[in-house]
Amino acid sequence: MGKSTIIPFGPQHPVLPEPLHLDLVVEDERVIQAIPQIGFVHRGLEKLVETRDYNQFVYVAERICGICALGHSLGYAETVEGLMGVEIPERAEYLRVIWHELSRVHSHILWLGLAADAFGFESLFMHCWRLRERVLDVFEQTTGGRVIFSVIKVGGVERDITQFQAHVILDTLVGIKDEYKQLCKAFLNDTSVQTRLVDVGYLSYEDAINYSVVGPFARASNVNYDVRMLGKGGYKYLDTFDPILDGQGDCYARAKVRALEVIQSIEIIEELLSKLPEGDISVPVKGSPADGAEYSNILEQPRGECYYYARGNGTKYLERMRMRTPTSQNLAGMTSALAGCDLADVNMIVLTIDPCISCTER
Amino acid sequence: MGIFKLGTMTLSSMFKKPETLLYPLETKEPPKGLKGSIAVDPSTCILCGMCMRNCPCSAIKVDKAARTWSINHFMCIQCQYCARTCPKGSLTMLPHYTAPATKIEEEVVPIPEQEKIAPPSE
Repeated sequence: MGKSTIIPFGPQHPVLPEPLHLDLVVEDERVIQAIPQIGFVHRGLEKLVETRDYNQFVYVAERICGICALGHSLGYAETVEGLMGVEIPERAEYLRVIWHELSRVHSHILWLGLAADAFGFESLFMHCWRLRERVLDVFEQTTGGRVIFSVIKVGGVERDITQFQAHVILDTLVGIKDEYKQLCKAFLNDTSVQTRLVDVGYLSYEDAINYSVVGPFARASNVNYDVRMLGKGGYKYLDTFDPILDGQGDCYARAKVRALEVIQSIEIIEELLSKLPEGDISVPVKGSPADGAEYSNILEQPRGECYYYARGNGTKYLERMRMRTPTSQNLAGMTSALAGCDLADVNMIVLTIDPCISCTER
Repeated sequence: MGIFKLGTMTLSSMFKKPETLLYPLETKEPPKGLKGSIAVDPSTCILCGMCMRNCPCSAIKVDKAARTWSINHFMCIQCQYCARTCPKGSLTMLPHYTAPATKIEEEVVPIPEQEKIAPPSE
């Protein structure tokens, strides 16, 4: 047994674009303990709720994270609507879910590319990002933006999807689905991928429950929890929804859950587009949240469950807006998965959590 | 053996058109609803200042005394909230890709005096 040494990992690391710092306590090549540290990109966005009214804050909320931008504006808008008792039109609920699932597709494909890049599978990385570009083109045509959309507002959505745009989305998704299945096959069946991922960074079902991990990280440890199955918002119009689970609990299982969720999201979009009702896309929202009114809301972001809490004070400015992002839930589970791993596997384990530190610090 | 799984896709991509454009020799046609940059119509603007008050990032300034409407495009986040709240519909989002700039400066638009409509004579 060697002497314990601390090796710093991050906040600038070639494999991880997120500024996460880990103090890795190692003995020889084995990690004994990982101590995470964040705080490099804190921007004080929650404090801005005191100086931006509840309509303006939608645009602040979607800047919390670049990848789940639409998810944050959607979660925030749903929370304020709950606070003020606003019922939004059915078509707006459909459109919100369609865009949200499209952003899940682009988030997961982006992650798949980053993971491939992390273990040196350059061609897979290029193919993944090539497919993601098509999703971004769909966003550009339907919302006017590629990454930040500003399409959600309190009371509904800003833009409608025309019949032609719906066909464009469906055609693009059909094209993506075929090529994505080939990518999945390459990713999940490739020997070099399996060598790096199988039996690495194991998190048991009990630990996943104890550490309250969420999202694909939890579902890879067989935790049957996905906010979408509660049927909130537009998800209540789905015929069926079953979360994708895997019982292995290792890095490979996390990659597999994310990879299969892309197909599931594409199927959700296809189903909702086929049932898209006619009608208004927003309702006028007037007045301010009542003094002392409170509302909390949850939403399944691409990385897992995100919790929103808002409190009104009788003015158009909210008293408090709180968000608990999936990565802040998953960091504890990540340290558990890191304990006992090889030093060379640390980057893969951290990457399969898909940490978003900008979300977590806000 | 699970190797060379991407072979078909990689080989077939050699015979397809490239996915990328040779920018700046080739440019992409902007989609119809693209969020490019905010522009004001001086003939309808009444300098009410709603856009200035509603802008989440304080990019717009309205000077009633000097009769100017100005925007700092570097601060603008293209949320279109100003266009949504303009009572006269004077603000529009131009669907174009913005060109690179060499210095940060505000775009100042003079707003001419509008002809007053005489009240109907009795």
